[in-house]
Amino acid sequence: MTPAEIRGQVLDILENIAPDEDLDSLQDDVSFREQLEMDSMDFLDIVMELRKRHRIQIPEEDYGQLASMASTVEYLTPLMKDI
Amino acid sequence: MPKDFLKDVRDRYDVIVIGSGLGGMTAANVLGRAGYSVLLLEQHYKLGGLATWFKRPGGHIFDISLHGFPVGMVKSCRRYWNREIADRIVQLKNIRFDNPMFSLTTTYDREDFTRLLVQQFGIDPATVRAFFDTARGMNFYDDQQMTVGQLFQRFFPGRDDVIRLLMEPIVYANGSTLEDPAITYGIVFSNFMSKGVYIFEGGTDRLVQLMHDQLRGNGVDVRIRCDVEKILAAGGRVRGVVVNGRTIHASAVVSNANLRSTIFRMVGEQNFDPDFVNQARAVRLNTSSTQVYMALKPGEHVDESTGDLLFSSTARQFRTDLLLSRDITSRTFSFYYPRMRPHARPRYAIVSSTNARYEDWADMPDEEYEASKRDLIETTLDALEQYVPNCRDRIAHVEAATPRTFQHYTQHLAGASFGTKFEGLAVSRALPEQIGGLYHAGSVGIIMSGWLGAINYGVIVANDIDSLLLSQSSGAAPRAVEVS
Repeated sequence: MTPAEIRGQVLDILENIAPDEDLDSLQDDVSFREQLEMDSMDFLDIVMELRKRHRIQIPEEDYGQLASMASTVEYLTPLMKDI
Repeated sequence: MPKDFLKDVRDRYDVIVIGSGLGGMTAANVLGRAGYSVLLLEQHYKLGGLATWFKRPGGHIFDISLHGFPVGMVKSCRRYWNREIADRIVQLKNIRFDNPMFSLTTTYDREDFTRLLVQQFGIDPATVRAFFDTARGMNFYDDQQMTVGQLFQRFFPGRDDVIRLLMEPIVYANGSTLEDPAITYGIVFSNFMSKGVYIFEGGTDRLVQLMHDQLRGNGVDVRIRCDVEKILAAGGRVRGVVVNGRTIHASAVVSNANLRSTIFRMVGEQNFDPDFVNQARAVRLNTSSTQVYMALKPGEHVDESTGDLLFSSTARQFRTDLLLSRDITSRTFSFYYPRMRPHARPRYAIVSSTNARYEDWADMPDEEYEASKRDLIETTLDALEQYVPNCRDRIAHVEAATPRTFQHYTQHLAGASFGTKFEGLAVSRALPEQIGGLYHAGSVGIIMSGWLGAINYGVIVANDIDSLLLSQSSGAAPRAVEVS
């Protein structure tokens, strides 16, 4: 997957997790927490969905990489390039 | 011949969950939905653990632990259970305090607390804002040196009334005290409790029924009256369990039993590192409870202005030792109006809860125990009288539960009704590092307690297990099941 496709996948997961949020105006360089009402369970859901959909394992110490869309895509790019 | 509660149980499952508290049921549900084979074993004849209820003749139903939970339950139930469950969660709007320091009713959210603290307690709005922001900014990995008491002294020095307002409900919610780390308060209060108090319309019985239905729908093999005697471990890995005399194998085991019972009774300390055993032994259990259950005669009613939750106390001060004393001065009354169970006969129930120490009740001779229970009932009725006049004449049924009752039904050590103190969380999380595939998802560390904490902890552990089983399988993937 290309970074743009990965972004689309993450966005799709976010739409499920935060159905009430307006994701069209999401700023990639600003943390999710500053823009969306997200708590630690929401981040866990992103991890679980990525594993379920793409069999990607994200260790707990890397959860911090999922802070914003930009950092998430950057982190996932090497992991998802062959999918 | 006695009934075989393990009839047709298989010899092997991907996951065995011990205990059907909200944490155990949620872990089982999430894993069952992900396509794993899951066996859920409950020692009691009902599912739910401490999320339980009992019925008495005349259509009376009493909820044991359904007193109010944070708004986060809506999201967690929708995501890890289903919309039908989530849609029945409603707000309790009359949270009432009555004690020698103040008397007030609140919707129990940040906005209303700010209004009360500024207008009624005369606190500077900037201080209130700073307090809420500080509490909200706390993380569980933060410094643990500061206690809850110190946190309050920093913002509201000498204001015992303010401390009481902000702390008393949390004490009842999770058994925490002023001596616990400040972060336990910050996380529970700000993340969860600052948006009001919610309850499940339909009662605990309906909730557990809906959960049971979904567990079955997700293929979870659910068994009651199955008391796990032993968790089998060998070569640093979990192998399965022994239950009702039968050995059943599994790649992963989740214990939703009390943390210390899991380690010392079910697994046995010889299977752990000595350092870990010492850490586990040092985990303090949280306190237990007493409760008095009262049902109004049909036709009698209580006005809704009496409150949904009433934190009532005659103690002039707010102190941990006073809250735990056998000489009870503080009670939380939960009022259940007919709207609580719209599908059932219109009934009013009142449950009075008080935190209590197991050791105060454990070794009482039978006669003294019965007398103490009667005294608990009588003093509770005395206390209720000012809120529900002539309550003795209007009540159809009354009975009491003590720490011994909690111990009997849950098999929790010392009847602990709020799991363990903060240090229990680290021990609980470290279990799989000791024995591969063995997890604990019970009430620990204050943060992971209460209905929402238990459900979320079940999800966290289900995530760990999914990750473990996926890395082990390296081939056959579990069938994908949509999350939402």
